[in-house]
Parts: sequence; C-alpha cells; structure tokens
Amino acid sequence: MFDALTDRLERLSSSLRSRGRLSDADLDAALEDVRTALLEADVELGVVHAFIEAVRERLSGDVLQQSLTPGQQVIKAVHEQLIEVLGSSALKVTYASRPPTVILLAGLQGAGKTTTAAKLALWFKQQGRQPYLIAADLQRPAAVEQLRVLGSQIGVDVFSASTTPVKVARAGVAEATRLGRDVVIVDTAGRLAIDEALMREVRDISKTTSPHYTFLVIDAVTGQSAVETARAFHESLALSGIIVTKLDYDSRGGAVLSARGVVGRPVVFASTGEKLSDFDLFHPDRMASRILGMGDMLSLIEEAERTMDADVVAESAGRMMSGQFTLDDFLSQLNQVKKMGSLGGLMKLMPGVSKEMRTAASSIEDKDINRVEAIVRSMTPKERRDPSVIDASRRTRIAKGSGTTVPAVNQLLNQFTQMRKMMKQMAGGKTPDVPGMGKMASLAARSAQTREQLPAGFEALGAGMAAGTPRPGTNSKGKKKKGGRVTPPKQR
Amino acid sequence: MSIFGRRRQKRLVAKEERAPMPPVLVDEALVRPRLDGNSSNLDKRLSGSRGIFDRVRALSSSGAVSVDELSVVEEVLLRSDVGVSTTNVIVESLRTNGAPDGVASAVRQELLDALGEKDRSLRVDCDEGRIPVWLFVGVNGVGKTTSIGKLAKREVDAGARVVLAAGDTFRAAAADQLQLWAEITGADIVRASEGADPSSVVHDALERAKARNASLVLADTAGRRHTSSNLLDELSKIRRVADRPPGQVTETLLVLDATTGQNALTQAQEFLAAASVTGIILTKLDGTARGGIVVAIQQELGVPVKLVGVGESADDLVPFVPSEFVEALLEA
Ligand SMILES: Nc1nc2c(ncn2[C@@H]2O[C@H](COP(=O)(O)OP(=O)(O)OP(=O)(O)O)[C@@H](O)[C@H]2O)c(=O)[nH]1
Ligand SMILES: [Mg+2]
Repeated sequence: MFDALTDRLERLSSSLRSRGRLSDADLDAALEDVRTALLEADVELGVVHAFIEAVRERLSGDVLQQSLTPGQQVIKAVHEQLIEVLGSSALKVTYASRPPTVILLAGLQGAGKTTTAAKLALWFKQQGRQPYLIAADLQRPAAVEQLRVLGSQIGVDVFSASTTPVKVARAGVAEATRLGRDVVIVDTAGRLAIDEALMREVRDISKTTSPHYTFLVIDAVTGQSAVETARAFHESLALSGIIVTKLDYDSRGGAVLSARGVVGRPVVFASTGEKLSDFDLFHPDRMASRILGMGDMLSLIEEAERTMDADVVAESAGRMMSGQFTLDDFLSQLNQVKKMGSLGGLMKLMPGVSKEMRTAASSIEDKDINRVEAIVRSMTPKERRDPSVIDASRRTRIAKGSGTTVPAVNQLLNQFTQMRKMMKQMAGGKTPDVPGMGKMASLAARSAQTREQLPAGFEALGAGMAAGTPRPGTNSKGKKKKGGRVTPPKQR
Repeated sequence: MSIFGRRRQKRLVAKEERAPMPPVLVDEALVRPRLDGNSSNLDKRLSGSRGIFDRVRALSSSGAVSVDELSVVEEVLLRSDVGVSTTNVIVESLRTNGAPDGVASAVRQELLDALGEKDRSLRVDCDEGRIPVWLFVGVNGVGKTTSIGKLAKREVDAGARVVLAAGDTFRAAAADQLQLWAEITGADIVRASEGADPSSVVHDALERAKARNASLVLADTAGRRHTSSNLLDELSKIRRVADRPPGQVTETLLVLDATTGQNALTQAQEFLAAASVTGIILTKLDGTARGGIVVAIQQELGVPVKLVGVGESADDLVPFVPSEFVEALLEA
C-alpha cells in the first residue's frame, strides 16, 4: 500500500518538468497521496496536517531539479521533513557525572516496559556499564517475577520489595548507589494517562528518584491515541525521550512520528524483536524510509542527485531527442554512469529489478566503460560528431590509439548507429517520458517492466559494449528485425 | 448505565502542575526538530479535535451533507482509528445518500451497519463427552492473560468448573501471572516449566479437565508476532491439539488492544488464517483509545467483537454493545 505511494508519486506527469516547477494542483494531488499514506501508517491526524503543511512549504516555489522527476522531488521533500521531525541521526547517550544515572520507564499497559527494562539493562551492560534493575511494577500479577527472570538471563541484579512502588524505587536507587552501580533502570506499572491516581504515583516515583532520563515506552502499532498518551505523560513527567517497541510488527510505526511530533523529545531506543538483544539506538533516517515504505529508493535518489550533473544530462538529452546525438554525448552519459559507481551495485539497490537484469548489469564492468571511453577519445572531434566518416583506415587508427581491436570499434559504432536510429524514431513518435541519465533513479521504482525505457547509456552497455562478446538485446527487450532495426517494445 | 461511564468520569480530571524539565542528557546532535515551527500551534489543533462530535451533533442540516460537514465526519472517524478506507466508504455513503435525520444519526447508523447484527455470545456447545475450549490468541501485551482471568471469574461465579491452561511457556513468569488469576478466581490451573511445548500443556489441561469433570478450559498462549509464520504454525498446532477429544475448541478469541491502529487489521487477517478466529476481545477501552479499527475488521473480515475490556480488575470485561461503542467512538 505504501509502496504504492512511491509509485503514485513517481508517475506524476513528467511533463511538469518543462514548466520548471510544480503547479499547485499537482502539488495538491501529490500531498493528498502523502496524507493518505501517513494516515495509513497511523500518524495522528493533527500531526499529519502539520506535516503536510511543512512539506508544502518546502516545495512551493521550489524550482525543480533537472535530475529528479517531480514525483521524486516530492518524495525527497517528504523524506527530508520526516528526518527533520524524527531527528537526523541516532542520539548519543551521556551519563550523569555523579553515578548512578537513573532511568525511569513509563507507559501504557502492555507497551512492553518490563521487557524494555531488561533490554536496556543489557544494552548498558554491553556498553561496559554496570546496570541495576528496580521492579516497581507491583500492579500486574507476576511483573516482578518476570523482571527477576529476565535479570538473571542477562546477569543483572533486580531489586524488589513488597511495599509500595514509591518505596521500592527509593530503596532500589539507594541500594544501587551502595553497590556502586552506575546505571539504574526503574520499571513501573503500566498506566492510563487519564488515570489520575496512577499518574500521581508515577510522579511520586519520579520525585523520589530524580531520574536523569524519563522515557516513555510506546508501542509502534499504536493508533491515533498515541498523541494524547504521549502528551499526557509528557505533561506529568517531563519526558526526556521515547523508546519505541515492537518495531518488528511490520508496522509503519507512525506512532513514533505522532509521539515525536507532540512531545518534541527524541526517540532514543527502538525494540525490534522478542530477543533481549533485539534492541538498539533508534535511527531516524531508517524510520523515515519505513514510514513511507520507500526502502532504498531514497538512497538512489540521493545518489542520482549527488552524482548527476544536471546540465550535462539535460543538454545531451535535448540533442538526443532532436536526433543530433553524438558520440560526445554518448561519452558524457557514460561518465555519468561511471560516477554513480558500479552498475551492478546500483541495480541491487533498485526495488523490483529482475534477476536477469541484475546479472546483465553486474557483468558490465568499469573496464568496459573505460574501453568505450578510450575508443571515443581516440576519435577526432569530427569523427565523434559524424561517425559516418569513419572508414576502414580510420577504424584501424582508432583501434590502435585506444589499445583495442577493429572489431571492438566496429561494434561500438554499430551500436551507436542503431541507438541513434532508435532515438530518432522515438523522438518522432512516442517520447520516452524522461530522457537521459536523469532517468536512472526513476527507473528504480518501476521495476523490470521498464527495461525498454533504459536510458541511452544502459542500452548501449547492455547491448554489447563488452567488446568481442556481442550480446544482442541482453538488456533490451527490443526485437531485432530482419533489417537490423531495433524496435522498442510497446509500453505496457 | 453506560459501560464507558468510568472513562468519561476519569477524563474530567484536572491537570496537575507541570514538573520542571530535567537537564537534557540526551544530546540532540544536529537538528533541533520541530513539526511546524510552532508546537503550540499543533497543540491548539489537537485540542480543537475534542468534542468534535458535538460539532457533528450541532450540524443542523438534514438532507444533503455539505463538504464541511463531511470533513468533520471524516476527521472524527480517522481520529478513532477507523482507518482511511472504511472512513472513505462511510463518507461517500453520506455524500450520496444524504442525512435525512441529521448528520449525527446518519453517521451512527453507518457505523452500526458496518458493525452489523452478529451473534456475540461465547459458545460452549460441543459434542457429547467433549469439553469446550476457549483459546486466546494475539500479539504481545494486548491482554490475553488478563482477559482469561476475568472470564475465569465470570464463569466460575456462574457455576462452571474451569481449568486454565498456561500455554504461554515463552514469556518469563507468564505462568505465574496466570496462576495468580487462578488463585483469585478459584479456577484450576495446569502449567509447565518455561520453554515447555505449549501444545502439551494444553493436552495436559484437557486430561485434567476430563479427570475433574470440568465444564470449560481456557487456554492462554504466548503473545506472538503475526508476521512470523513459525509462530503462527505453532498456534495452529496448539489449536489442533485443543480440538482433539476430549477437547473441542468452541471459541478462538483474538485479543486486540484498542490503542492499536491500522496494524490491527493485518493482525486479525493473519490470526484468522492461522487459528480460525471466532471472535474478538477488544481491551483497554478505558483509556483514550476508541478502538475504531474493529469497525474495519468487522466489515472486512466479518469476525464479531464479543467482549470489551474496560479496566484491569476482574469485573472489567463486559459484553460488546454496538450502540454504546458507537457513542463512545463518536465522542472523539
Ligand atoms: N487499562 C486496562 N488495562 C488492561 C486491560 N486488559 C489488560 N490490561 C493490562 O494490560 C497489560 C498486559 O496484559 P496481559 O494480560 O499481561 O497481556 P498478554 O496479552 O497476556 O501479554 P503477553 O502474555 O505478554 O503477550 C497488563 O498490565 C494488564 O493489566 C484493560 O481492559 N484495561
Ligand atoms: Mg500473557
């Protein structure tokens, strides 16, 4: 469902590009999709509205970048805003100068506080600390016993007594100090934020233990009420951060965004499984991608953005469309590909790329690109502009100059001629929606069915650039007809 | 008297004075996050949502429903976790059919229709010589064990001879938790050590039930992720064992936490496929959550909600009454 968002945004008409910026109507349509995706991810309605407005602000009046489709631009803005709301990097945890560092856990019933307490203790232990657990949940039957068992599994002592939660907490911290433990984690009973008596109790625990950190433990699958819960706990306890649990439930975890949005304190830890070791610092960037189900799409966009020289791409794309594509353009596109790193690696990042395509791509090495480059560089400017002047003796010279063979030169020239023919056809008839290498990233979202839309450089690469091993149509679904013409297959 | 009365009362509680912020010990490394540059703005927005159904009630129009009115309705439903698609269906229906008796009553009717007339009783009827088993399933922490304790109380009070099967052999001290409920309610309990095969615990409980001439077995299971096929397979196995003579599974109850959002629909789908769920227990309705997701679940999967949990003590499990639920939902 969420992947569909990326798809939908991807498909935003690329004709927008010519206008240079997103129209209000286009933006509205895109943001409506974003709204739905966020709501389906359980982000709270008020937070969704605020979020959408922030994205709109980011985008309005923004000049479209050449290297991205309008849809990608929206995705990018959404992602950037998510990062901004969630925080941009995993947080650093610091310790109190006078140990022990006291940590208080609070949250609703069933959020996973007791397990979290143990996981947190294990985490601190792995950081070389000496944690201590206090079982102050005297409410749920056997909660103390549960923490005891968990404590013994990880080799951390658990303090408990059958008095009152406040007394247990106070005595526990004193005991930890006496024992010289440097981190103390206090597990409390689950409580509803609207339960006044229990909220007062947890405040009393807080007063008596003066925790350095107070964490709200919140279940990742929480719905719209996450905001109300988070706010109520924050008002009572002045939270220093959030711990999110059950992130392995395949949920988009929109609750994280809701709670984060309303509390304004960072999400510090995330719990991702039943095992006590399934717990680590929270990575906002990963979460941001998860919420929208965008996966590695974003790394691709970033990659494309970082490495593509928009002007170069636009220029050669323009010439390509007008049928004046030269070997120089070809070369500059190849260089763009090279800048993006190994094709094989790139293909791996792309969702939905077929296996064959990946294999084909990974068989194209940098050295193949280098060879093509060497061949083209051994040509005179005139030859590059008009390859038809390249006769047999010129071929020999070029082969020599580039350290390749005449068949290799021949092959490149054949490929190039075919490619140019194909482009003219396309330019005359149906226009491929985004020409040029800027298309790379948008390719990603469209899976193998878009093979026929491979950008020029790819087409040539796949079709037999590796000199000596002609692989007609490896990467192209185009059928080779008798006359040697390559017809691009119909788009689905 | 409304089952949700308690909740309304609790909500009136005044806010205590705000505790001072602790020194920031968590380094907020790079960006100071904000939502829209002005968080109080957001706050206002949110508090504005309260009593929104009063706004719906106040909508005097009858007949065609205006765009503004539709968006208020949409907001109420979304905020109750009804979900985008079910909300869209209801809003569309209002748009096309109008609201002859006012918007409030039309929305109420839509929701009641979505919930439908269902048999919400818990079945005990089974073949001659067999003992009815109620199996409790669900993800972690939703309230399975507590619901069993509450139902045990209810059934024991009604004169049944109840055996509890501590089928959660995974979570630390899960059996202890159930044991305490057994002590409170006077039910019998069969338990095994941690890590034991849950199916064999259920099997043993059935043997015990037969020997003691018990009339009902309530089987707890470990909370499990609905995304793990291993765990769901284990559940199918437990169910098969429970359904073998002398046992007969007459109810498989999926326990859902009312605070859960859209993920609950996926949970329900998976558990339905793995364990043939016959009913839903919606817990924690005493909090701020409305549990609107069950509307979508009932509409899409047809599994009836049978009971709701409205607190932590033994009496806080009551039959699900659609009209009361809808009222509470629309209070959002
Ligand atoms: N406020 C409130 N709390 C509830 C309700 N039902 C259960 N709880 C609490 O929710 C918490 C979790 O309940 P459990 O019964 O342990 O849940 P479970 O599904 O058995 O959990 P696992 O066995 O860990 O998967 C406990 O603290 C219960 O007291 C309810 O209706 N309202
Ligand atoms: Mg349990």
